[in-house]
Amino acid sequence: MPEVTRFDEGGGFGLYLHWPFCQAKCPYCDFNSHVVSRIDQNRWADAYEAEIARAARETEGRVLRSMFFGGGTPSLMHPEVVDRAIAAARAAWPAANDIEITLEANPTSVEAERFRGYAAAGVNRVSVGLQSLRNDDLRRLGRLHSAEEARAAVAVARDVFPRVSFDLIYARQDQSVEDWREELAEALAMAADHLSLYQLTIEDGTAFGARAAAGGLRGLPDEDRAADLWEATQAACAAAGLPSYEVSNHAREGAESRHNLIYWRGGDWVGIGPGAHGRLTLDGRRIATETPLAPGEWLARVEEAGSGESLREEVSRENWLAELLMMGLRLREGIDLGRVEPLGAAALEGRIGGLEELGLLERVDGRLRTTVTGRPVLNAVLRELLT
Amino acid sequence: MTDLSRIRNFSIVAHIDHGKSTLADRLIQLTGTVAERDMKAQLLDAMDIERERGITIKANSVRIDYPAQDGQTYVLNLIDTPGHVDFAYEVSRSMRAVEGSLLVVDATQGVEAQTLANVYQAIDAGHEIVPVLNKIDLPAAEPARIREQIEDVIGIEAHDAIEISAKTGLGIPDVLEAIVQRLPAPKGDRDAPLKAMLVDSWYDSYLGVVVLIRVMDGVIRKGDTIRMMKTQATYKLDTLAVLKPAMTQIDELGPGEIGVFTASIKQVRDTRVGDTITHEKKQTATALPGFKPSVPVVFCGLFPVDANDFEDLRDAIEKLALNDASFTYEMETSAALGFGFRCGFLGLLHLEVVRDRLEREYDIDLITTAPSVVYRLHLKSGEVKELHNPADMPDLTLVSHIEEPRIKATIMVPDDYLGDVLKLCQDRRGIQADLTYAGTRPLVVYDLPLNEVVFDFYDRLKSVTKGYASFDYQLTGYREDNLVKMQILVNDEPVDALSMMVHRDRAEMRGRAMVEKLKDLIPRHMFKIPIQAAIGGKVIARETLSALRKDVTAKCYGGDATRKRKLLDKQKAGKKKMRQFGKVEIPQEAFISALKMDG
Ligand SMILES: Nc1nc2c(ncn2[C@@H]2O[C@H](COP(=O)(O)OP(=O)(O)OP(=O)(O)O)[C@@H](O)[C@H]2O)c(=O)[nH]1
Ligand SMILES: C[S@@+](CC[C@H](N)C(=O)[O-])C[C@H]1O[C@@H](n2cnc3c(N)ncnc32)[C@H](O)[C@@H]1O
Ligand code: SF4
Ligand SMILES: [Mg+2]
Repeated sequence: MPEVTRFDEGGGFGLYLHWPFCQAKCPYCDFNSHVVSRIDQNRWADAYEAEIARAARETEGRVLRSMFFGGGTPSLMHPEVVDRAIAAARAAWPAANDIEITLEANPTSVEAERFRGYAAAGVNRVSVGLQSLRNDDLRRLGRLHSAEEARAAVAVARDVFPRVSFDLIYARQDQSVEDWREELAEALAMAADHLSLYQLTIEDGTAFGARAAAGGLRGLPDEDRAADLWEATQAACAAAGLPSYEVSNHAREGAESRHNLIYWRGGDWVGIGPGAHGRLTLDGRRIATETPLAPGEWLARVEEAGSGESLREEVSRENWLAELLMMGLRLREGIDLGRVEPLGAAALEGRIGGLEELGLLERVDGRLRTTVTGRPVLNAVLRELLT
Repeated sequence: MTDLSRIRNFSIVAHIDHGKSTLADRLIQLTGTVAERDMKAQLLDAMDIERERGITIKANSVRIDYPAQDGQTYVLNLIDTPGHVDFAYEVSRSMRAVEGSLLVVDATQGVEAQTLANVYQAIDAGHEIVPVLNKIDLPAAEPARIREQIEDVIGIEAHDAIEISAKTGLGIPDVLEAIVQRLPAPKGDRDAPLKAMLVDSWYDSYLGVVVLIRVMDGVIRKGDTIRMMKTQATYKLDTLAVLKPAMTQIDELGPGEIGVFTASIKQVRDTRVGDTITHEKKQTATALPGFKPSVPVVFCGLFPVDANDFEDLRDAIEKLALNDASFTYEMETSAALGFGFRCGFLGLLHLEVVRDRLEREYDIDLITTAPSVVYRLHLKSGEVKELHNPADMPDLTLVSHIEEPRIKATIMVPDDYLGDVLKLCQDRRGIQADLTYAGTRPLVVYDLPLNEVVFDFYDRLKSVTKGYASFDYQLTGYREDNLVKMQILVNDEPVDALSMMVHRDRAEMRGRAMVEKLKDLIPRHMFKIPIQAAIGGKVIARETLSALRKDVTAKCYGGDATRKRKLLDKQKAGKKKMRQFGKVEIPQEAFISALKMDG
């Protein structure tokens, strides 16, 4: 079974649905999320259904391997909406026997109450946004839940769903390697078989971005401490049997997120909802799609124009190659050289050779991958390869 | 045309910040030369860089009509000059166009280094000098003591020095009367062939080249065809004007008058300051002696950040040189930086100002290489060569010995900081020549290598004296010393633009400072990079920049692919701003900061 996942090269086919609402905007977050007082959930269910039906017309017969409700905060969706979207997808495409249906959830008690409804609708995996197990840090991150609520939500999730993952943000303000080791040990003790561990990124256009630009937000790690934190994370997760299979994702063998693997392996996915991107390979051409970011604008487009797409363009071969490298080199398994050769990878031979000499890339059994030292400096590796 | 007896031409000279430009404001204002609503502080300091730094860089002239107490209206041509030593050439040039000087002395500060230097120049130029004590409004003003100091230190009569406040306007009418009564009228023969001095020129994007002249003899009229005697260029005048300070058209200028003309001058090289202008037909027999050329003392390379800007840089430099006769340039090529210019300056502030003006007024991003003085190489063959650029240093086996320029530095400093100043000079290989008192203030004279002053001496002096020292210097000559060329190697590749000449005893220190700075400025690469300072083959300082350890995007899912790809495209464009040294890329900013002499 693990072998099948690992070397299923086409990347497969999946569906991403974006839910663009949150209860409050977190100061670090640059996802397409909005805070509104009222949501007409029924209207959203209609729009999802319509978009699924439209997307199915050009991808008829493809086997749906996964569905992903991302956000925003999809755990604010009425289970009924989730149910209707899943039913529509199942009606539109033949589903794989082991279809993975993930929903992103925030760990407040209110949301945990809806978990059973989601499971009944067909969700079989949740990804819970814990962010931290320390109340002080949760406050600094602007979260609405406590560490206790977070633990409880994970417990409910594990009870309700066959597969559970949770997210933590580390490399926070004033976080020492020691503090993080302890917190991570606690997290590993409560983890099921998947974990996402993100180093805090200061994004432009967020509250943290503005504070950092104004010279605030002290105590963020410098490069050396960020590297130490990274290494401590790799070691602790590997020792706990959840090695990293992607830059920020850790899983037991076979428990990798099938949906996200579609992105990293350069597969096809339909993107529905405000700000959702999609990629489809149609007649050997790579097509990128985008939708408007504003929820109202997206709804109106779907309802009035019959399609939520605001952009559809072909990805040039050069950019396709770039995307395959950018995404594929994030994976421990790397990329199949046979797959990138037709896109002109040969031109990179010299650069790849140079990076091999530096011990940052390696070629094994027809695959190109980052080494243990190459992965944490992937941006530099990509700059060397692609600029 | 104005009768000679009713013209007065004068420059306003002083140490930096003693209030020349503010006095000029009051003279312009009191005579109603500029409408009240158009007045602003230091009106004549029109360049952005002058207004930002609050100093005068260019000498500026204004024509003022003054109805004097004797019932006559006089034409006054005033030239406001810069006080900083680096722009002394502006002062000496200006003085040649006028007959008198107002010597402004800040009554709270007293006589300072540039006060002395300017007085001596004015005396040389045969000027009548009217001393003016400024800033009388300040409680710390000590006019009586300063009056005495002027007589003791400078040796000129000061009992009739005028006490003023350029700020409040106190005493300004007395200054205007003194100009009329105490300064001489110009001389000249209006029937003789035209003889005018080319005092200054500048490039105006609407008018083209504008030429400032002082008529000595004869009359110049709009429409005349004139000849520049040195360059032999001839032109027909388009416009003739006086500066009030806005250009005001006039039909003719006679002896003693100062004004500007335009003449569709295309070749900016045709206008050389100090040249004599005469009529094409009826020429004067004797040209004016011209100005003593200025001698640049600091050199550096200026290179366009974007190699495609080279021709624009050439054009900009030519235009700027027109307005700044003390700036020299010649083409240069560098392995690291491509095509550029080796430029000579009168000092570091001058260098900074020229670079700033090129960047702003002509919108060109520049890289400046390490400043260097002119060394004299005595080769074993007996030949003597001038070295303007350390990169041109020949093989050491060919060199018998090297001489470097020395200066006589005059520093005035309050007693409290004397010890620090002496230590600083000593550390810079200085030899004390004199220590006397100007009144109660110590006046230190040091013999120093110019090279040590060029590096960061001003900044150090300012910081150890909290800004209270005044400093002036003159080149005195050359002397042999133990000088070596220090190279900087980044990842074992020499970076020519960072090489410099240093004294052997100071090489370790300078090398260490440079490699430490570079270690902070060069971004980490995927491999570790040794950064070394070396003399010949010998490494004297070394730092290692560690390899990059962490640079990876934490989250990258379906929607991020496009964004990430666009970021890489942007980085691709940014790469053009990098300079490649072997395998190492040094960003432009790093390069510029490394070469900054301060901090
Ligand atoms: N209190 C007081 N301040 C004055 C007076 N005259 C000038 N200042 C101030 O002294 C400073 C320098 O004045 P400037 O007129 O720019 O001096 P400057 O001699 O032209 O300076 P440079 O051209 O740079 O050599 C400014 O801040 C003026 O406002 C005065 O009579 N009284
Ligand atoms: C779509 S978001 C959040 C899902 C859910 N709304 C939540 O907040 O729990 C997915 C994950 O990205 C991570 N994330 C968001 N912004 C981040 C940032 N600036 N730096 C690092 N991780 C971030 C968080 O761990 C978050 O759980
Ligand atoms: S982190 Fe999650 S809850 Fe917070 S604003 Fe982003 S999407 Fe919403
Ligand atoms: Mg001034």
